[in-house]
Amino acid sequence: MIGEGIQSTNQRRHSFVQDRVEVGFFTDPSVCIGCKACEVACKEWNHVPDDGFNWSGNSYDNTGHLGASTWRHVMFLEQDRQKGNQVVGSTSSGNGEDPFRWVFLSDVCKHCEEAGCLEACPTGAIVRTEVGSVLVQNDVCNGCGYCVVSCPFGVIDRRPEPLPDAGGAFKCTFCYDRQKSGLVPACAKVCPTESIVFGRLDDLRALASQRVKHLQESGYSDAQLYDPQETSVRGIHAFFLILGEPEAYGLPPKPQVPTIYLKSAWTSAFATAIASVIAALLAFAFFA
Amino acid sequence: MTSNSPSEKRLEELREQAWQKGVVTDRGVDVAGGPIPRKPGYYGQPVVKPPVWTWEIPIYFFIGGLSGMSAVIASAAIVFHHVDLARTAMWLAAIGVVLSSILLILDLGRPLLFINMLRVFKLQSAMSMGVWILSMFGACVVPGLIVLELHAHQVFGGTIDQLLRIAAGILIFGSAFFGTLLATYTGVLIGATAIPAWFLHRLLLPIHFGTAGLGSAAGLLELLGHRLAALNALGYYAAAIESALLIWLSVDKHGMADRAIHEHGSGWLIRIGEILTGPLALVLRFLGLVPLAAISFLVGALVSRFGWIAVGKVSGSDPEAVFASQR
Repeated sequence: MIGEGIQSTNQRRHSFVQDRVEVGFFTDPSVCIGCKACEVACKEWNHVPDDGFNWSGNSYDNTGHLGASTWRHVMFLEQDRQKGNQVVGSTSSGNGEDPFRWVFLSDVCKHCEEAGCLEACPTGAIVRTEVGSVLVQNDVCNGCGYCVVSCPFGVIDRRPEPLPDAGGAFKCTFCYDRQKSGLVPACAKVCPTESIVFGRLDDLRALASQRVKHLQESGYSDAQLYDPQETSVRGIHAFFLILGEPEAYGLPPKPQVPTIYLKSAWTSAFATAIASVIAALLAFAFFA
Repeated sequence: MTSNSPSEKRLEELREQAWQKGVVTDRGVDVAGGPIPRKPGYYGQPVVKPPVWTWEIPIYFFIGGLSGMSAVIASAAIVFHHVDLARTAMWLAAIGVVLSSILLILDLGRPLLFINMLRVFKLQSAMSMGVWILSMFGACVVPGLIVLELHAHQVFGGTIDQLLRIAAGILIFGSAFFGTLLATYTGVLIGATAIPAWFLHRLLLPIHFGTAGLGSAAGLLELLGHRLAALNALGYYAAAIESALLIWLSVDKHGMADRAIHEHGSGWLIRIGEILTGPLALVLRFLGLVPLAAISFLVGALVSRFGWIAVGKVSGSDPEAVFASQR
């Protein structure tokens, strides 16, 4: 955490995997400087391929969105809202400036408590790890694409040709390989301002609520925690402090795990199946 | 990057346009209203991911539905001693299951790893259940067709033929059981996802896909020369249900959340599909134009499958639809 120096959980070796401790990411945009070091470190460590240079025209964000070859994505939001204790007023009279704030937020796979992708996977390629994260086993995935439409956050995607390992589904691994060796995930390790904090889930939740409270007291009245625990997703392992509404960050306000729709859909399917059999029998009984 | 890369060229074009007009208004350049973006959500980026499925999946839905419901017609035909019709229907089911399997494997990002689906049985995954339904259907239909043909051609006599007759009966009923599930599970498959226009209609989708399968099977059998009153009745039944679903879809609107069904190209595909399978097929049957009604229904069922996948792509790319479905 900020100010702890080498005592920070971002810098210490750990044994969370061996001890089966639930871990998480807490991402705090109020200290993010938009350097994209997390994106670079993630790509380097995980050998995530280059998926093209495109000018988006959206502030300084030319990454676009999370996907098969983008596992960290720094968002750049330019908002005409008051930033903290910014003195707002008319610039012509010289007593203030136009309300404006620039928010950077590093987006990542949420590693849901009830994960849509994991439930949907028909091969068992997607598993839950000892630390509570959701991992895609690349050598098992056959690229059916069902996880893609089952993720309520639009994180996981199938990697297109001609990129390496094309055809499989990819997303953030929570650097499971690093964690097994006691290392911190690459993005948190390099984050120069500790906007990304890695640590025990419980510690992070406590830190996050403290941070929200502190920001609210400092004039950021719309600071809130994005951690949907009251929906069927039942909480996420990578949660975010956000300024303003989740929609502005492309985050769903009430994400639901699609398995909650199964019961009604299967009921309809069975009813249709039975009705079709009865219709066929009646048709032959009365018209033949 | 070299100066003749596409993005450098594009930058040159933009500079040129700025020089000539004093303003750049092209796609990808957000200058209207200053630096603050006004697109919904985060620069209009999708919130959920649209499906990656290509043409194989809608055709698989069409053939799978037709094939599954052919087995239902075959079993009903067997019960009422229409052996010729049952044989044709089982041929359709068998050809359908082979094509369905090929299409399902072709759609995979890594077709060679298809077999990995058969090492897991997962009730909470409609994709896993679908693979098992298709496998069990194939395991009933193919041997069912073989024993039915052996029995029909009287290849063996006496006791063996009696055993074949019983085996054919069991396998055809098994085919019908898994066939009804094969035709309807596809509605669950896309209904239980994070795509707003799909999950909002998760009750309608299995009814639509199952009934479209039944009507397609009856229609194709009629086109193949089986002009039975029973098949005509099934054609009426399917067209009537589809007409009702057309009304349901136009009444049960969810505003922005399911606008992909009513707007854009995807909306037109749905509308054309529903009209061809519903009212038009019904009217043509009423006028006694049975082959035309059958063709109308088959084309409509195919168009509608493409329509629902297109709806998924439009709805999944629409951030406002996701927000509206959760408010």
